[in-house]
Amino acid sequence: MNGTIQAPTIEYALLSPMLIVFGAAIIGVLIEAFAPRYLRKSIHMPLTLLALLGAFATTILGAANGLPTSASAMGAVAVDGPALFVWGIILILAFVSVLLINDDEQFVAQAAAVPGSSDEEEAVRSGYAQTEVYPLLLFAVGGMLLFSSANDLLAMFVGLEVMSLPLYLLCGLARRRRLLSQEASVKYFLLGAFSSAFFLYGMALVYGYTGTVSLRGIGDALGAGSGQETLLLIGTAMLGVGLLFKIGAAPFQAWKPDVYQGAPTAVTALMASTVLVAAFGAVLRVFWVALGGLEWNWQPVMWGIAILTMVVGAILAITQTDIKRMLAYSSVAHAGFLLTGVIATGAAAQNAKALSAILFYLAAYGFTTVGAFAVVTMVRDAGGEAGHLSRWAGLGKRSPFLAGVFAFFLLAFAGIPLTSGFFGKYAVFAAAVSGGAVPLVVVGVVSSAIAAFFYVRVIVLMFFNDPAADGPSIAVPTVGTSAVVALAAAATVVLGVFPQPVLDLADQAASALFIR
Amino acid sequence: MPWLSTLMAVPVLGAVGVSLVKNDKLAKQVALAVSLVVLALTVVMATRFDPASAERFQFAEVHQWIPRFGVHYGVGVDGIALVLIALSALLVPIVILASWHDADGTGAAAPPKRSVRTYFALLLVLEAMMIGVFAATDVFLFYVFFEAMLIPMYFMIGSYGGVQRSYAAVKFLLYSLFGGLLMLVAVIALYVVAEKNTFMFPELIGAIQDPGTQKWLFLGFFIAFAVKAPLWPFHTWLPDAAAQAPAGAAVLLVGVLDKVGTYGMLRFCLELFPEASKFFTPLVIVLAVVGIVYGAIVAIGQTDMKRLIAYTSISHFGFIALGVFAMTKDAGAGATLYMVNHGFSTGALFLIAGFLIYRRGSSRIADYGGVQKVSPVLAGTFLIAGLSGLSLPGLSTFVSEFMVLMGSYERYKVAAIIAASGVVLAAIYILWMYQRTMNGPTAESVKGFTDLNARERWVVGPLVALLIVFGFFPKPMLDVINPAVDKTLSSVHVTPFTPAVAEKKGAGQ
Repeated sequence: MNGTIQAPTIEYALLSPMLIVFGAAIIGVLIEAFAPRYLRKSIHMPLTLLALLGAFATTILGAANGLPTSASAMGAVAVDGPALFVWGIILILAFVSVLLINDDEQFVAQAAAVPGSSDEEEAVRSGYAQTEVYPLLLFAVGGMLLFSSANDLLAMFVGLEVMSLPLYLLCGLARRRRLLSQEASVKYFLLGAFSSAFFLYGMALVYGYTGTVSLRGIGDALGAGSGQETLLLIGTAMLGVGLLFKIGAAPFQAWKPDVYQGAPTAVTALMASTVLVAAFGAVLRVFWVALGGLEWNWQPVMWGIAILTMVVGAILAITQTDIKRMLAYSSVAHAGFLLTGVIATGAAAQNAKALSAILFYLAAYGFTTVGAFAVVTMVRDAGGEAGHLSRWAGLGKRSPFLAGVFAFFLLAFAGIPLTSGFFGKYAVFAAAVSGGAVPLVVVGVVSSAIAAFFYVRVIVLMFFNDPAADGPSIAVPTVGTSAVVALAAAATVVLGVFPQPVLDLADQAASALFIR
Repeated sequence: MPWLSTLMAVPVLGAVGVSLVKNDKLAKQVALAVSLVVLALTVVMATRFDPASAERFQFAEVHQWIPRFGVHYGVGVDGIALVLIALSALLVPIVILASWHDADGTGAAAPPKRSVRTYFALLLVLEAMMIGVFAATDVFLFYVFFEAMLIPMYFMIGSYGGVQRSYAAVKFLLYSLFGGLLMLVAVIALYVVAEKNTFMFPELIGAIQDPGTQKWLFLGFFIAFAVKAPLWPFHTWLPDAAAQAPAGAAVLLVGVLDKVGTYGMLRFCLELFPEASKFFTPLVIVLAVVGIVYGAIVAIGQTDMKRLIAYTSISHFGFIALGVFAMTKDAGAGATLYMVNHGFSTGALFLIAGFLIYRRGSSRIADYGGVQKVSPVLAGTFLIAGLSGLSLPGLSTFVSEFMVLMGSYERYKVAAIIAASGVVLAAIYILWMYQRTMNGPTAESVKGFTDLNARERWVVGPLVALLIVFGFFPKPMLDVINPAVDKTLSSVHVTPFTPAVAEKKGAGQ
């Protein structure tokens, strides 16, 4: 080979949120290695929060400097309007989740100790803490940032894995009911690995058809339209499976309840909010940018999946007796509502409208979810959190304020007006109606009505039933937890009463759609 | 002065104040004072209302709320909305006074003590929303109030109601929510199809021309209103909710909340979708007439006073719907007047039944007998309220029922004749209930009854007075209502006395 290798151009300023998060994660690993045990947590905590804040600040700065018109990092990452908006949401939600994670009651003393063994007792006695949580979380967040903004399938796969692997580990770190937690972790890992394999295989097939992994290249190749259709269609289906698994769309939703239940609740809060946001970023990119030309082929399937997801989520949630499992199925139903927005494509203006609706929905849903799980962490039994719904009976009488806030979050999930959930749903459904998907919206509202049943059931339980004699106690919240609940409640109110500023922001982010 | 915003802000601020007061007694007094202030403001506003004004919505305020969705904070009243707001403002202080002991667990079979402050705060919040829902001139704002007002009522039934309260509350909420969500689809589609980029009601009139679209949207709105009103066969939630709700909440539920349904039919279904309304009129008339007869017959068979009153209301809502969809001037004005009078009449019935239940601790008719001998005033007012329920001439309900029947006879003779049988059936259910509870030998358990005390007389007195006054002199109300009904019917383009022209002329007009 003669000649010189061209050095790649990297837009460091634009990519700095990602770089900051990854950098902090690596520093976190070094802290684990070098800092004495007693100091670790007090270093990790500010470092993590600062990193997330810094990343958020640079995201804002990036947005303020005007949206770039071409992809960064040699076309591997697209830092466009939607990406910046999604980054912003992910970073705020991650920041909030870290405040929840700062609670020793949540995490196992030593993950490697066999549950119930003398090792475990030893670990608990000596007050160990699994402080790896913080760098793992930062890696996951970094992965999310990459996943949601990747502009070629390869970068997207890297993002997917960097996001998922730390989450598999985090799921297994619950302090109480450790076997359940480890089971969740293994289940999530196995199913996640399968879905990643699907994604990878789909990518290979699409590459076989188009000869490129860049989203833009795929889109262009579809326009040229030659070669083996079968290869393309199977590849599309497999990419879809990998992505839909991450958002928990039916029939790929089976992992959600088990994982949400088993994982430490703070981690569940992080997953339920941020992973959904990141995954929708990726879904939109793949289906709109790369496979936009194939709309006629994937839309009918997506219709079916959206309907199935809404109905399955709403109906299965009714039968749940565990609060976390119920919220998991509720999150499945919400993924279905969001999918109605993904389907609502059309002309550019229509796409921008649908995109902005999805972005708003993600922001609204994310905050409410973190808030709801934060409340779940506070309702405790002798054996840890009181997950079973029957234990929540009469909570409204024991602590009316906490129950009131939780009821408010549930009403927001149900989409009652004057909560953020209502406008989220409204925006997505409005986009779907103007995209011509009226039947889908009718299914959507019917499943909202079904979903309202189980949200209301919890409210009935909390307010209209008498408390059990040995009911759970309400943990005195740490400053972090109360801050999270307050912030989430405030966001739910503000987005429900004055959504205009955030809608404007989402509109701006969506106006230019995705860059290619 | 922004009258309508003030009317909404005062009770909301009052609710905050009530929930902050530590002393239960003081909380009740504050709640009563706030509701009286609202009533006073409403009266002042009503005197400034000019029925002859060319402006359709008076005291109008329009501000951008969510420009992105074309949503405004738009309020304003015409005659129809004004009388309904006045009804709400009048009933709330009465209900507060009547509910003085509902929440503190001193009643004979009352549920355990609950937070008194919360109950009265919820009442005031509900008042603000009731005023808002009638005042909204933005369809979206109307929808927001329509749905949001379910929540305070849900908690009032679920926390302060009878034995089956949580079942009743959930049934109420889910029925209404389901109807509301169908309406949401129609609201979205209305916005999208109209392409006006606004939800302001006056601008949306006539915006939907395509008859097919009109029919679908009409159904979305109509089902929500039919559940809310409730029309047969969407009525099954009402007897449960009304029987389990505390008497005061039941008054607001049946007296005002359900009127939102019939009001919505009159205002939104007719005006936004005139062609579809005409198309569906036969169906609605049939439902209304079935409801009138069915509600009355089932009411006769009830053994529980509150359920009986609830079923009578289903019969009466049939009359209102009949009047709305007859689309004649008399029937429309009669239906509007009926909404108000029914609020007074049913309100009085529920409240006096509530006093009875408070004394005896049971709502079963069989547990009473001969009350008239021990509590003559209670029995007398109960009789007047009951007679207003069967529309005795001289009481205000007679005027409205007569107008509805007369107005609908112009167009739908058979329907009006069948509906008139409801009046006969009403005599049976009311008088038979009166006979079983008030006449005959005094039951053992009734012997210790006290008569109405001063507070209770203040509750019943105004309602009875209004029933009599408007029975002899309905003109002030009709003066306000008539121009508004005329305007409504003129935007439906109905020609009087020529039945069902619309379908023949086709959709283009």
